[in-house]
Amino acid sequence: MAMEYQNLFTTVQVHGPAQLGMPLPSGGAWSRGNQTFINRWLGKIGDAQIGPLYLGTTGLASLLCGLLAFEIIGLNMWASVNWSVMEFVRQLFWLGLEPPPPAYGLHFPPLNQGGWWLVTGFFLTLSLCLWWVRTYRRARALGMGLHIPIAFGAAIWLYLVLGFIRPLAMGSWSEAVPFGIFPHLDWTAAFSLRYGNLFYNPFHCLSIAFLYGSVLLFAMHGATILAVSRFGGEREIEQIVDRGTASERAALFWRWTMGFNATMESIHRWAWWFAILTPITGGIGILLTGTVVDNWYLWAVKHGVAPMYPAFSVPVVDPSLLPGAMK
Amino acid sequence: MSGRVKLSLGVAFVALAILTGCERPRPISEQTGYRGTGMVELANKRENVKLAALNALPEASPKADSTGPKAGSLYKNVQVLGDQSVGEFTRTMLAMTSWVAPNEGCNYCHKAGEDFATDALYTKVVARKMLSMTGKINADWGKHVGETGVTCYTCHRGNNIPKDVWYSAADPGTVKGFTGWKYGQNTPVAANGYSSLPLDSLSSYLANDGQVRVQGATALPANYAVPPMGNKASIANTEWSYSLMMHMSNSLGVNCTFCHNSRDFSNWNDSTPQRVTAWHGLRMVRDVNNGYLTPLESTFPANRKGPLGDVAKVGCATCHQGVNKPLNGASILADYPELKKIGATVAVTAPVPAVAAAPISVLGKIYFAIGKNEVDAAGKDAITAAARAMTANAAATIEISGFADSTGNQDQNMELGKQRAIAVRDALKAAGVAEARINMKKPEFVVGSATAEARRVDLVAVGM
Repeated sequence: MAMEYQNLFTTVQVHGPAQLGMPLPSGGAWSRGNQTFINRWLGKIGDAQIGPLYLGTTGLASLLCGLLAFEIIGLNMWASVNWSVMEFVRQLFWLGLEPPPPAYGLHFPPLNQGGWWLVTGFFLTLSLCLWWVRTYRRARALGMGLHIPIAFGAAIWLYLVLGFIRPLAMGSWSEAVPFGIFPHLDWTAAFSLRYGNLFYNPFHCLSIAFLYGSVLLFAMHGATILAVSRFGGEREIEQIVDRGTASERAALFWRWTMGFNATMESIHRWAWWFAILTPITGGIGILLTGTVVDNWYLWAVKHGVAPMYPAFSVPVVDPSLLPGAMK
Repeated sequence: MSGRVKLSLGVAFVALAILTGCERPRPISEQTGYRGTGMVELANKRENVKLAALNALPEASPKADSTGPKAGSLYKNVQVLGDQSVGEFTRTMLAMTSWVAPNEGCNYCHKAGEDFATDALYTKVVARKMLSMTGKINADWGKHVGETGVTCYTCHRGNNIPKDVWYSAADPGTVKGFTGWKYGQNTPVAANGYSSLPLDSLSSYLANDGQVRVQGATALPANYAVPPMGNKASIANTEWSYSLMMHMSNSLGVNCTFCHNSRDFSNWNDSTPQRVTAWHGLRMVRDVNNGYLTPLESTFPANRKGPLGDVAKVGCATCHQGVNKPLNGASILADYPELKKIGATVAVTAPVPAVAAAPISVLGKIYFAIGKNEVDAAGKDAITAAARAMTANAAATIEISGFADSTGNQDQNMELGKQRAIAVRDALKAAGVAEARINMKKPEFVVGSATAEARRVDLVAVGM
């Protein structure tokens, strides 16, 4: 019982006076609130203490811009089913806010033909960037490293490539992703189809490798720490400073099973690099598509990546190339 | 093992059994491409039994005597079946009744109490045009229908109107106004396979000649100015094309790999022979829709037309009805050889007698930049050539039809198509063609697909 409240799976929740943490450095326009409360249910999956919150100028502005983008998307979707609540719920996953048609290029279209999409993109981008500033400032204020802003920035990079940088490079807003559940999935499929199969894009390959790698590392690390938590292994910082039996056992396990082990400190570098490289390489792959490569399959053939298969049936010839063919 | 562990194992086993046992009986899988490419056709025995019942041939009536007097010499107003013997003609009429109007009988097309020869009912005019269409398909579209051929039954199956016809669909969202635009998509309906894809792609590809091919033809971006390498297809174009493919796939009850190796959809070397058949099929359907169905627009009453006032048109599903060979490949035409004796020319509207149409030839196509109605250098050359041809054929007249692509505002596009036609007319007049010989002809579909092909003016010579 004595150790149970310190375990990751907390069965006993001990409530003391609220922990307010270090005070904010003075000079800011905002002071942090000191309101806290205890939530027993959240305590089952994390810390039971909620607060004190600190939103600040950038946080508040970010939430407002994000809310505006969310509302513009939602109201456009609702309008597209003629303001019917029933149809809005029924078709929700199908509804979307589409970028302008190709004919408009990079011009600003009428609001009801992609104009709203541009307005939404502007506010959503502003919202994300303001939140990035917030992560940067808070990390600085707490004297932390910049790992979190950099990681968040990597995700913003992929978002900007998809919705802003690549459309600019292609000279058409229509190349960008629509907002909407199924519409954005259709865009993904159409994007791969148009540019000759994205699976032959080496940066797409890298991104997938880092994505799956992230999942694998997360599972390995989570499992290792849980497995040695009975020896105090979840108190990772203590284990980094003063390697105890939990660390020794975890390390030994991986040396026995795969001959190599990460350390209590380096496993977090592994995870961080895999995580940020997923959107960074993915973004590069998207940016190259259509701008410098038009058909990834043919590109892969050109560079000896895609294998040629023996003919299975009678050879097939494009009928439009035969003499006297129709259009 | 404790009870709890046993219970969890039991639950896990049952869950697995449910997940893996979704389809019964086990699907039949047939390899159709090189190993490892995933080119496989799947079938389900239980479904096959159902499909076989749906696609069984109706019993054929006893063969008719092909000798004796011709129907055309004995009966009045027999425009397309005049070459059949009287016995064959009667057999054809009875077969058509059982295929198309089994409940209504002869009176579905022949007005009760009137001479059989009159064209008083619109259905008779339509039936004649459809016979002519059947003749054309069997005679000229062998690359799609093969020796199997088609008859009325291939589509109708005992229904007045074949089950799977389609009409042009309006944009489901609010096109005019401040908000609510859907870009012709994002609405789950049967036409787009209940996806978020465009729902009126059939208008672009089966009633207009929209460019289906969207994939880049070269590894690196090609010079757009040099055909055929230039490919400016957008993601939007691709979604339209994708929607058509969903229609084909649903209609035939097959997946993508029936025609394509999905690693490189556009590559013909990796495709199956079925893709060639499908390629001809697309063009056959365009011919059927533009040559036979759309011309019936003034014949059909309003209650037979779609929400936009267009006639019912055919798609792949109209004949295929869920199987990759209609009627599972059985030839009903073989039982009715007299259906191969169909004359070609048919009058469309009832009172007009059949006249030999003046020969028609396409003089040229003038292409335009997006949103523009100015004739460029290539267009001027084409107009000069057309004017020269008109000078050489003093009796001919010329028809001008303007088109626009589907992007942007519908009303503006209609106007743009007209302005393009006017620009070409003025250029033709400037090139010396008399205004009296120029006819401005508004096409059935001004607005085509979202491709460069749609931004054009057609020059058609009549009587040349």
